[in-house]
Amino acid sequence: MSLATKTPPAPASPPTYHSPKPPLWAVIVKWAALALVVVVAFYLATRLADEGYGLYIVILAIVVMAVLVVYSTRRSIPMKYLLPGLILLLGLQVWPIIMTVSTAFTNGQTITKAETITAIERNSVREVAGAPRYKLSIAVKEGSDVATGNLFFLLTSPDGALKVGDEKGLSDLPADGVVKTDSGKITKAPGFTVLNARQINARKDLATFAVPSTDGSGIKAVGLSEAFEGRATVTYDEASDTLKNTATGQVYVVKDARFVPQDGKGQAFPQKWVENVGFKNFQTILTDSSIRSGFLKIFAWNIAFAALSVITTFILGMLLALLFNDERLKGKSYYRALLVLPYAIPGFVTSLLWASMFNQDYGLVNSLTHLDVDWLGNPWAAKAAILIANLWLGFPYMFLITTGALQSIPSDVREAAKIDGAGPARTLRSIIMPLLLVAVGPLLIASFAFNFNNFSLVYLLTGGGPFDSDNTSIGNTDLLITYAFRLAFSGTSPDYGLAAAVSIIIFFIVAIMSYAGFRRTASLEEVN
Amino acid sequence: MSTEPASLAAPAATTIRAKTAHGTATTAQGPRGLGRSVWWRHGLAVVALIWALFPIVFLISAAFNPSGTLNSAELIPKSFSMSNFDTLFNDPARPFTTWFKNSLLVAFIGAFGQVFIGACAAYAFSRMRFKGRRGGLLSLLLLQMFPALLTFVALYLMFAKIGDIIPALGLNTVLGLGLVYLGGAMGANVWLLKGYFDTVPRELDEAAKVDGASHARIFFTMILRLTMPILVTTFMISFIGLFSEFLLASIFLQDVSSQTVGVGLYSMSIGNEKNRLFGQFAAGALLCSIPVVALYLSVQKQIVGGLTTGSVK
Repeated sequence: MSLATKTPPAPASPPTYHSPKPPLWAVIVKWAALALVVVVAFYLATRLADEGYGLYIVILAIVVMAVLVVYSTRRSIPMKYLLPGLILLLGLQVWPIIMTVSTAFTNGQTITKAETITAIERNSVREVAGAPRYKLSIAVKEGSDVATGNLFFLLTSPDGALKVGDEKGLSDLPADGVVKTDSGKITKAPGFTVLNARQINARKDLATFAVPSTDGSGIKAVGLSEAFEGRATVTYDEASDTLKNTATGQVYVVKDARFVPQDGKGQAFPQKWVENVGFKNFQTILTDSSIRSGFLKIFAWNIAFAALSVITTFILGMLLALLFNDERLKGKSYYRALLVLPYAIPGFVTSLLWASMFNQDYGLVNSLTHLDVDWLGNPWAAKAAILIANLWLGFPYMFLITTGALQSIPSDVREAAKIDGAGPARTLRSIIMPLLLVAVGPLLIASFAFNFNNFSLVYLLTGGGPFDSDNTSIGNTDLLITYAFRLAFSGTSPDYGLAAAVSIIIFFIVAIMSYAGFRRTASLEEVN
Repeated sequence: MSTEPASLAAPAATTIRAKTAHGTATTAQGPRGLGRSVWWRHGLAVVALIWALFPIVFLISAAFNPSGTLNSAELIPKSFSMSNFDTLFNDPARPFTTWFKNSLLVAFIGAFGQVFIGACAAYAFSRMRFKGRRGGLLSLLLLQMFPALLTFVALYLMFAKIGDIIPALGLNTVLGLGLVYLGGAMGANVWLLKGYFDTVPRELDEAAKVDGASHARIFFTMILRLTMPILVTTFMISFIGLFSEFLLASIFLQDVSSQTVGVGLYSMSIGNEKNRLFGQFAAGALLCSIPVVALYLSVQKQIVGGLTTGSVK
């Protein structure tokens, strides 16, 4: 087709559009893609059904219907361009926000109570005297990852029958293509990858894995090549909502989303399940004395860090921009190219590099200045270290934007100031600075909001540390986001609920700050 | 980190033009009173350069320092060797080439997807009139106020489950991480791209329509070509940003062989061996900085232009 830029102007009457006929190959590609979507969706639906996610099948169906309606009909042309982004936006940004909010009102566990009970019961399977022993091979489905794929037991019963079991139950294994050793252990079965000893040892989930068979009993592995059928020694009584250990007679009751011994003696079961706790997480932040004082400390430092970062980088960047704002200065472009290098280097490199430069014993900073400051071990020195590193990596940005803003200040304004008798200092203070601040103001707010959540700088430079000996969960340079990260992803008991609550608090703080910048955004009124 | 403020600020930047610039972007005269000579400016500029460059010089000399430990690293090296690079490429416990490939792959998938999806949406917002258009644009802007980063707990739990259903997209996979990065595709660039798309005359579309071109044909063969400069720029900005992303990468990628450069280099710089591994770390840090710096310098003009004058609007 021609771009038609040179064609004479269209006739005065509104142009009559030919109904466009897409080329054959485009039609084929389109329908093939739609067919592929349906096939993939079917496969996903079966996988979802296997794993028991009913709700998600409905969501999947709605998404597929939307795709089919939008792309197979001629209606709603804008939607054809918006749908992919919209699906990703809803699924990966809006949905996680909703999930974060709902996690903040739970105790942060990930499994349900029913799953917990099943796991405890299965885990308690003990061998009954005289029960049959199977020859065992441990396998995963062919094509799935040996380290993470669902486990399968390939079993040969004492009478030679072949069985396959997973976490749902036991079924017969077709004998075709199965290779066994003399002892009866299966070494090969079509559709399965048999794990070797090293791979089995790497599977930590094997310890709690059992194939359920009839009423409460299950098949568990003993060693690598034998399995027994045994009985669950712990049973759940729905009426009283208790667990009972039939071997010891111990009764367990529900307390704090887990089962604890009724008489208080002995150990509780480690598994916890998800439970709504209302505003408890927020309450903890506001009332728990150790968390509250730490939280306020973090909050104060977080604000100070973001504000000081913006102020220091802006002052240095602006001074440099004023310095270079002289057309008589030769070689400006070379200076500029070199000065922006700190900003161009990936942030993680900068943070890690400064971390080693601040090393007390061998670091460059101490050896150049002949100081012996414990930069990363002293609370105040660590704060200074972070600000210095952030000054280094942030000033080129401020240099660039002030340079741009300075160049866009009309020269007649300066002329007018000069005619009115203003000296250079007065011009700078009364003319240039106000104009400059108006121009870069929104960018300073954006920079503040960014630094407020500058995770990678703090995490990679100090890790939030140094930590006081009396409170090891809250570091002296922690930002709210590194604190939330530590709550969720380090230590033995991740508290996703509290971490999500902290995230929501950050949400609100950032939203309030952004609102200020948002109101100044003239583009809001310019949507056209 | 380099691009975050840029993407956040892009819409905000348009105020500037309205308030100050009138296209008279002439370089302003320096204040006369400070003397006719400029030597003192050169003097201060050199001080600024020393401040800006000494860590980089230190990184380079550490990378080429033969002894390769932190305590022997110096600002000005006494000898030169490639031994750090040799160890870097031959360390089976720390597969730098794999990390590098992972980083490139995930940044490419993310950036390409972001630009393509952003361009599609910008085409709709710029060229079509439909119900909910204004509302859609504004809610995109609002949604951008909430850093996607903050939902990391939910994303982690979500992808742990997705991994059960589709192992290829779960935790520990580069594809899964790339998918997460695509979540921000709509918000990140649509405003910027729409502004540029608006500058392409609508008469071109009309003419093509008269010639019988469908909307898809106009988009793929005309609009995408005419807006190629801004598409390339946004691609590079996204690429740099995703290449440097650390938080999500560090929680998603736990296996050594699936990590990105950032996560891998971090694992080299913690623990007891950080002193011994410093030369190797410096070599790796230098290697992964070079492409990013090169990309950045090539788009620097557009970034600054877009930020300060709102010229893309």
